[in-house]
Amino acid sequence: MHLLWAIPALPLAGFLILFLTEGRLPRSVVSSIGAGSVGLAALLTGYVAWQFTSSDSSEFVSSSWTWMIVGEFNVSFRLWVDALSLVMVSVITGVGFLIHWYATGYMSEEEGYSRFFCYMNLFVFAMLILVMGDNLLLLFLGWEGVGLCSYLLIGFFHKVPEFGYAARKAFVVTRVGDTFLIIALFLIFKQVGSLQIQEGLTFARESMPDPATINTIICLLLLGGAVGKSAQVPLQTWLPDAMAGPTPVSALIHAATMVTAGVYLIARMQDFFMLSQTAMLCVAAVGLVTLFIASFTALVQSDIKRVLAYSTMSQIGYMFFALGVGAWSAGLFHLMTHAFFKALLFLASGSVILAMHHEQNMFKMGGLWKKLPIPFIAMLVGSAALVALPLTSGFFSKDAILLTAWKNSPYAILFWTVAVIAAFLTSLYTVRMMVLTFFGKPQSEMHELKKESLWHPSRIRTVVPFGLLAVLSIAGGWMGFEFTSDLFGDKGVHAEFHFDPIALLTLGIPFAGVVVGYFLFASDLVDRRKIIKNRLSDLLSKFWHSGWGFDWLYDTLVVKPFRFIAQTRTNRNDIVDLFFKLIKFLASLFHHILSMFQTGHVRWYAFTMVGGLLLVFLAVVWI
Amino acid sequence: MTTALSIPLEHVFFLAIILFLIGAFGVLIRRNIIFMLLSLEIMMNACGLAFVAAGARWAEPDGQIMFMFILALAAAEVAVALGLVVQLARRFETLDIDRAEELNG
Repeated sequence: MHLLWAIPALPLAGFLILFLTEGRLPRSVVSSIGAGSVGLAALLTGYVAWQFTSSDSSEFVSSSWTWMIVGEFNVSFRLWVDALSLVMVSVITGVGFLIHWYATGYMSEEEGYSRFFCYMNLFVFAMLILVMGDNLLLLFLGWEGVGLCSYLLIGFFHKVPEFGYAARKAFVVTRVGDTFLIIALFLIFKQVGSLQIQEGLTFARESMPDPATINTIICLLLLGGAVGKSAQVPLQTWLPDAMAGPTPVSALIHAATMVTAGVYLIARMQDFFMLSQTAMLCVAAVGLVTLFIASFTALVQSDIKRVLAYSTMSQIGYMFFALGVGAWSAGLFHLMTHAFFKALLFLASGSVILAMHHEQNMFKMGGLWKKLPIPFIAMLVGSAALVALPLTSGFFSKDAILLTAWKNSPYAILFWTVAVIAAFLTSLYTVRMMVLTFFGKPQSEMHELKKESLWHPSRIRTVVPFGLLAVLSIAGGWMGFEFTSDLFGDKGVHAEFHFDPIALLTLGIPFAGVVVGYFLFASDLVDRRKIIKNRLSDLLSKFWHSGWGFDWLYDTLVVKPFRFIAQTRTNRNDIVDLFFKLIKFLASLFHHILSMFQTGHVRWYAFTMVGGLLLVFLAVVWI
Repeated sequence: MTTALSIPLEHVFFLAIILFLIGAFGVLIRRNIIFMLLSLEIMMNACGLAFVAAGARWAEPDGQIMFMFILALAAAEVAVALGLVVQLARRFETLDIDRAEELNG
């Protein structure tokens, strides 16, 4: 008996308890419920994973409940787990639990402590439903659920109007992607006659009509949904603003789990995608463009969390790129390692931010490595994995992607070159971030660190998550991506490591980036003031800083015209208004006529009743 | 167990109709609220009489059961209506129903 259903049920129970008590519980109880429910789910996941590896079956299914039946349309409420979703479930509950635990310290001095864990538990539940649902509608339920939680948690500090704006922006922009996704679901149902994922995949393998134009359309629509959720070009603008949420939220939702849902969706529907060269090429191109744009943008940001946000975008770009060139297992492997090291980076930056009075500007930090040794070491490990220095987890996964891209992609040289340039930029901006934050002269006063405050970096609830995530960031790659390549059987392609120039170049690029970054940002060999004063670099830096002007573009193309139409007075009294005015006129007319009958004379009422009765009698008798 | 009815059914119905009409005219014509209530009671008793007579004619207990219901209804109605009468007397210091006509549209 496997306890599959209990994995999402535990966070749901935590959510319900916290929701119904409305913050009346003491904080210690709230943290045990909030972090404990996810912790138990993580333990249970470990148990289920152990059962899974020791059993012969390639899938675990829970009992099913009927959700809805409308004619031929039959949707069940059933959990379904194979190796792919089990990896996702492990990342969600495992990394999720560490982040929850850290958050019990991080949020200890904030208002709305219970509300925070309530939303976080709901998020974990929704994310688990997303990856464990056995049909696309259940997946969509989780998909919208995580969107809602993301909205609630970005706007968690709701007293700041800009944060509310960021939350609405995230919600509206991802909604564009969701619309594509739901149209894709309609088309899949029309083709397959069922939303069951396995039936759909079997249909795609065996009986998809040829030439499969409809399949390409479905794949492109699915890609549209994935692009919105995973913050890829052109729907990427919400992610940097989403950093308004508390840092544990950024770590869990906007780095480790929710934003990788798009990658999961494409990997899940791989049999559809493998039929369409066009769609695969689009996936790779989207990933590559995002990778390129986000890396440049991260290079000039001053807010430490925005650097990490753009870095997340670019790493997810790597995953999309990997999926697009057919390196399914490498993409999934990178998803897993990225969850470890990006969560670590975010949590460490959270400790730094708290220690600096909620200051996120890196130019106001500096010289922190002595004062904050534990976050410094954590950040160093995370950065090493992000840069993909050899023997860290990021190295194994990113190398797998780059090498497969070289061997397998249709435009190998172009794709590989862009990906390698982005890898170089990754190490450049990571070095810049580390130098500005931890080295050089201190630029502003630090918070006085009190031993008794729960968020102190040497507290066990900070050290243990840091330590475990750091171990995973390094050792998480040692099992090799044969581990994830098992997920896709022999369908995925992957390249063996040989000592040839390409492999050596791939290996050397991160080092080159680190060295160049050191000379550029830390040493005195380069006069940085000269670069800043140069007009061209100034212009470029402004352009990159704004995220290549996408916000400006959408503002001009969508937001401003919409506002214009909504606010201008020229659209008063048009034909639409006339229709509604007619309704209003008729309603008030009937109201006046009817109210004339209400005279207040009781005997008049009695008389009308008797008269009416007589009329009815006469009508019965005469007709 | 048929009981021979010495009074024909039609006569009883005529009596009931006359009582009902008396009551109805009373409700329409009288302005004193107490007399209106009395008229209502007459109407209800007219209905009750018709039910009992019809029940006896067909030797069914239904007619008498319906009369029980009418009694209960009348009791409930009187409880509410007398409360209204008291309020009317206090607020308007009169029992004339035409003086209480503020609740109009």
